[in-house]
Amino acid sequence: MDESFDVAIVGAGPAGASAACGLAEHGVKTIVFERGEYPGSKNVSGGVLYGHDLAQILPDYHERNCPIERNIVESRIWYLSKEGGYSLSYRDRSFSEERKFNVFTVGRARFDRWFAEQARRRNVLVVCGTVVTDLLQDHRNTVVGVSTDRPDGDVYAKVVVLADGINSPLAQKTGFRPEPKPHDVALAVKEVIELSEDLINERFNVAPGDGVTIEILGEVTQGMDGVAVIYTNKTSLSLCIGANLADLAQRKIRPYEMLEEFKGHPMVAPLIKGGKPTEYLAHWLAEGGYDALPELSGDGFLITGDSGMLFNALHREGSNMAMTSGRMAAETIVEAFKKGDFSRKSLHGYVSRLQDSYVIEDLKKYRRFGPFLLGHHELFTTLPKLTSYAAREMLTVDGVPKKRKQQTIWREIRKHISRFRLLKLLWDGWRSVR
Amino acid sequence: MEERPMSVKVEDKLFLDRFRIDEEPHIRIIDNAICLEECEEQPCLYLCPANVYRLEKDRISVAYEGCLECGSCRIGCPHLNIEWRFPTGGYGISHKFG
Repeated sequence: MDESFDVAIVGAGPAGASAACGLAEHGVKTIVFERGEYPGSKNVSGGVLYGHDLAQILPDYHERNCPIERNIVESRIWYLSKEGGYSLSYRDRSFSEERKFNVFTVGRARFDRWFAEQARRRNVLVVCGTVVTDLLQDHRNTVVGVSTDRPDGDVYAKVVVLADGINSPLAQKTGFRPEPKPHDVALAVKEVIELSEDLINERFNVAPGDGVTIEILGEVTQGMDGVAVIYTNKTSLSLCIGANLADLAQRKIRPYEMLEEFKGHPMVAPLIKGGKPTEYLAHWLAEGGYDALPELSGDGFLITGDSGMLFNALHREGSNMAMTSGRMAAETIVEAFKKGDFSRKSLHGYVSRLQDSYVIEDLKKYRRFGPFLLGHHELFTTLPKLTSYAAREMLTVDGVPKKRKQQTIWREIRKHISRFRLLKLLWDGWRSVR
Repeated sequence: MEERPMSVKVEDKLFLDRFRIDEEPHIRIIDNAICLEECEEQPCLYLCPANVYRLEKDRISVAYEGCLECGSCRIGCPHLNIEWRFPTGGYGISHKFG
C-alpha cells in the first residue's frame, strides 16, 4: 500500500472519526487505520456521549440515525458503605424536552461504527483490521507517515493524527507521549447486563427512551481510590467499576471479584435482578488530569482524545473531549495546509484552540481533584462507614432521644477520624473542585 | 502464597466475549527468572482482569487468548518484564456492545 495521503489517522474512535469528518469537509485526502475488525470493536466507555460536541461535527446526527440507547434525564450520585448508602439525584423536564440528547448512552461497538461510516460517506478511507506499528520519520525527526502490520504497509502523510486511545503500545515504542505510570490510570471492568426494556423503565422510573446515570463512590472499591457507575441502555444496563491501578497492584484485589461484590450490594442487586450478563470488558481511564497531559503536538503530528489523556474524571467526561479535540485537530490541519507548513510551530494552533476551549479550562479547574482522592483514602474506607452509621442510627426508632444519638455518633466519628483531618478533608475537597 | 478463595470464575465472564485468536501470542514475559527470583509482589497475578497470568511450578504462564487488551500488566509489572503489543489487526477481542 505504497500510497500517500494528506492525513493519516490512527484509530477510528470518536476522536479519529471527528478529525476525519472535519478534514473531509475541506477536501483533505484522509485515511483512518483501525486495528479492530470494525470501528468500535476494541472500544469501551462507561457509555455516555454528549450531544453538544457531536452536533458541532454532525449537526444532523439524529436524522442520520445515530444509534442512541437512551436519552439521560436523571443523574444520580451514590455514596455507599457495605450495607447501604446515600443517594442524591437530579431530574429535569428540560432534559427530555428542549435539552434532549444533552447526555445519552451508547454502545460503542455500534456508535463508533456509525460514526466512522459518516466519515466514509465523505470519502474518507477507513481501513480496518490494521495495526499501526510505527511512525515514519524523516532525517529531522518529523513524522511523515505510519508503518502498519500489513505487507508493504507503509503509508506517507503530511500529518499524522494519533487517536489511538489511552493504551498505546505505539506511544511506548515511539515515545510520542510518555507511557503512563500505574497511578496515572484507573483500570475499570465493565459488564453489560441484559434486561427487558419495560423492566428498565420500571426500575428506573423513566418513560420509554429515557434513562438514568448513576455515579458511585465509597466502600464499593474496597478502600481503593476508584469509582463505579450504572448506566441505562435500551435493553441492558452497563455496570462499571474501576480503581487506581497502583492501588489495585498494591492491594492484590482482583477486578472481577470487586465487580461481583458490587453486583451484590443491596442498592445494586435489585436493579440487576433477573438480568443476563452478555459481555465483559476492561479499559483504562486517565486519572492524571491536567498535570499528566503530554505535549499534544509535534513536527508532523497531533495527539487527540484519550491518547492525549484528555479526561475529566470528576464529571466523567471523555468522549466529548475526544470529539472536540478531533474537530480542533482537523481545523488546525486545514490551516496548516493553507500555509503549507506542518512543523510543530504551525500545528501548535491545535494546543491554542484546546486552551481557549472548555477542554483545557476544565482540566485545569479540576487539576487537584485526582490528587485529592488519592491523598484521602478515608473517602473510600472510614468515611462511607461512618456516614452510613450516622444515618442508620438517626433513622432507627428505638426510644433513644435524638440528642443522645447525636452525641454517640459524634463520639464514634471522632474516634476514627480527628477533627483536624475532617476539616482538612473538607478544605482540600472544596479546593479541588471550586 | 496467600491466595484468597476465588468467589467468581473469570472463565464464565470471558465466555461471554467474542475472540478471534491470533496464533502468534501478543504478550511475552521477557525473562521468567525475574518473575520467580526477583519479583516478590507478582501483581500480574491479581490485577489482570482476565486472569491471563498464572503461577506454575517453574514459571508464570500467559493465557494471552483471553486478554481484554487493557494494557495494565505492561505498566503494572514492577520490573517492566512484559512485552506487550496489540494482537495482529482484526484479531483479539471484538466487542459486541462495547
